[in-house]
Amino acid sequence: MRKKIYTLCFMCSVRCPIAVVVEDDKIVSIEGNPHVPAMKGVCPKGAAAVGWLNDPQRVRSPMIRTGPRGSGQWKKVSWDEALDYTADRCKEIFAKYGSKSAVYCERVNLVTDISKTFLKAIGSPNYFSHDTICKGSVNTACRTVIGYTDGQISADWSNARHVILYGRNVFESMEVKATNALLDAMAKGAKVTSVDPRVSITAAKSDQYMMIRPGTDLALNYALMHVIIKEHLYDVKYVNRWVEGFDKLSAFVDPYTPEWAETETGIPAKDIIRLAREASQAKPAVIFHYGYRASHHPTEIYFRRSLIMLNALMGSIESPGGIFIKKGPKDAGLKAGIRKFSEQQFPAMEETRRFDGCGEEKFPIADTAHGVGAMFPSAVLNEDPYPIKVLFAFRFDPLYSNFDFQQSLRALKKLDLIVSCDINFGGTTSLADVILPESLFLERSDPLQMGAGLKPAVNRRIACVRPGFDTKPMWWILKQLAQRMGVGEYFPYETIEDIWNYQLADMGIPIADFEQKGFVSLSDKAIWWDREDGIKFKTPSGKIEFVSSLLEDNGFPSFPPYEALETPEDRFRLIVGRCVAHTNVMTQNNLYLNELVPENTLWINEKRAEALGIKDGERVEIESDTGKGQIRAFVTDMIHPEAVFMLHGFGHQEPESRRSYQRGVADAMIQDPIMDKVGGSPALDHTLVRVKKAV
Amino acid sequence: MGDYLIYTDAAKCIACHSCEVACKAKNNVPEGATLGKIVVLGPRLINGQPRMSSLFVPCFHCEDAWCMNACPVDAIRKRNEDGLVYILQELCVGCKACILACPWHIPQWDADAGKAMKCDLCMDRIDEGQEPACVAACPTNALQFGEPAQLSHKAREEYGLSLLKRNPAK
Repeated sequence: MRKKIYTLCFMCSVRCPIAVVVEDDKIVSIEGNPHVPAMKGVCPKGAAAVGWLNDPQRVRSPMIRTGPRGSGQWKKVSWDEALDYTADRCKEIFAKYGSKSAVYCERVNLVTDISKTFLKAIGSPNYFSHDTICKGSVNTACRTVIGYTDGQISADWSNARHVILYGRNVFESMEVKATNALLDAMAKGAKVTSVDPRVSITAAKSDQYMMIRPGTDLALNYALMHVIIKEHLYDVKYVNRWVEGFDKLSAFVDPYTPEWAETETGIPAKDIIRLAREASQAKPAVIFHYGYRASHHPTEIYFRRSLIMLNALMGSIESPGGIFIKKGPKDAGLKAGIRKFSEQQFPAMEETRRFDGCGEEKFPIADTAHGVGAMFPSAVLNEDPYPIKVLFAFRFDPLYSNFDFQQSLRALKKLDLIVSCDINFGGTTSLADVILPESLFLERSDPLQMGAGLKPAVNRRIACVRPGFDTKPMWWILKQLAQRMGVGEYFPYETIEDIWNYQLADMGIPIADFEQKGFVSLSDKAIWWDREDGIKFKTPSGKIEFVSSLLEDNGFPSFPPYEALETPEDRFRLIVGRCVAHTNVMTQNNLYLNELVPENTLWINEKRAEALGIKDGERVEIESDTGKGQIRAFVTDMIHPEAVFMLHGFGHQEPESRRSYQRGVADAMIQDPIMDKVGGSPALDHTLVRVKKAV
Repeated sequence: MGDYLIYTDAAKCIACHSCEVACKAKNNVPEGATLGKIVVLGPRLINGQPRMSSLFVPCFHCEDAWCMNACPVDAIRKRNEDGLVYILQELCVGCKACILACPWHIPQWDADAGKAMKCDLCMDRIDEGQEPACVAACPTNALQFGEPAQLSHKAREEYGLSLLKRNPAK
């Protein structure tokens, strides 16, 4: 019999609501959930999910390593054997080094509450997520200005009248809802400006594109602020009501004229002035988008802060067509939200200092909910602050995600135990001691998701088909491990229904309510706070803090002088990004996605290429202080002469993943270990490289 | 295209290739073959500004189909009710005459099966009242499926209304 199941995708972290048609335990189609109007279809990753269902190159059963790390020699074992082995090894290691010697990393997902429960139960403070590497500084910057993380705000694309994107590649990162909301706004006449050293699909769809010198976005923003303040283009009433430190900003940006910014950014002063005026004409329905996957430099936190401040000057925070603060169950009039397993009472930890120094001396204001993952390799190699012996890498691959691949590799090889939970053989997984394979999102049910937003809702992922291989959901795996380690009591469930009922206990929503649409709305209409008096900023002052108490109380200035960026004439700045076909380092071996984009190339400006004698399609060598690799050149006029660009996530070395094996170059291999030490992000776009013809 | 048409709204297309992937997944198309193809021009710089455009090219389901006329074993048929041209896989002998005969070489080669395969516009889905997989998967509604007259009416209505909205009657 044919049935339609409403669930959540997990080909990337967006978790789009989808409708899956199933017949005889087979997937017939995957389409957008028709109960969500903007879900008109699915992205290519969603469409390609079925390519994983019966893929023999997936991890098909629990495995224990039998040869040297990375040798590809495995023994297929039962779940009991794999779990017993993992728990026994952990007990042995913890007896000697304490449970603090375990670090748990993951891609934040619906099971994260249970992951954190697991760590608290075994007594380790050491957690980091993918978010820290992708957007740690965006998170920190947002908190310094408005008190909310980037995850607690979003953009009201559909009502925007002018959207300014700094490398933010909306149409290739492809949240389906956001993509359609922006396209709808454009059809209604909204203007889109793309600022990027490279032409992305998003730039190509924009009304105006500004090719900026790589790494100088902050200079552009200071000049925009200069013009906006000098010409009184800001929302005076809003700024007077909500902003702390406007005068300090005014004085600070005074020397940063458009003419000065022109020499730094390469964008003509007249265009900067025009952009400031155009944005102002659309205010408050203006979005200076604050993030993701571009412009990661050592001063990133100040760049992200400048974006939030530009929104504040436009009066666009908590305005239709601007940025909004996501609303939760309490804002929708409910007494309580989803109950969390991680909020149970746990025994006190022996050691509360973290491996990464997050929330401590090293990174006082980075978000402890995500940690500072970039510190993991050096913490392991230097045993600073103490020996790390065990890594739980659950649906996250730190080896290919962090900078300096070789350093990460040395760190992983130094560990006594790597436990990996993965769909396929990723980099860290192929080095693991034991693999506990997770079922694909189409094969498993997961804990419910609290979808905060203008219209908060609770969303559900439910299994559509039975697992094709001997795989399990992560909530089951974690409970099994916990039980074997003597802390099973913190996992009061047997089935997914037990988990759902636990989560919903305080909300009064029966689980049957999810059948009809896959989600339960908590509000019929969009919840906006009163712009005049009702915006609940979570800063200490309750206002938008241009002068940030979070920064200053921890010894960081709010307005450090701009540091000019030099690129030596014989070098390029390596910038990285993503395409619509792949999610980070996870999907390169998917049957369909591998065919769509099988390898990365090195984008290089045609004039620089000509001077180096490099022709389109030729193999070139790219080398930094950290590492080198060979890759095909894409010679084009669509990139700034100072930059070279490659897609993130390629150059896989896992022999088990045959389609992606040695295709392209891993950016991690080239990227220098440099960071934004305030915000906590690795500076993934800051590495200087040399490029020459390969011999 | 038989009695149907797939229209590409280039303004909405972001060249994501969901159409191609969904087609491949639905029709078990082997690596290297593509039944429905999204053709993208650009991005390229024109006076310093990047531009791109795209057009979806499935099988056209010609009225007098070259592929059908070329097939020596009558494995290619045309449905009376709506003119869709399709291959009866069990009759195909793998001679590739259809691929050569088609002016756009639209029939594809299934190396695993040793047979030709082609876009049938997902006629099984059409018979169930659904759109072809490529159109249903399109995340931005850049692909629209319908009958030529219906699409024409819709486009003209939209154009007319946009003019009227700009110049409302006094």
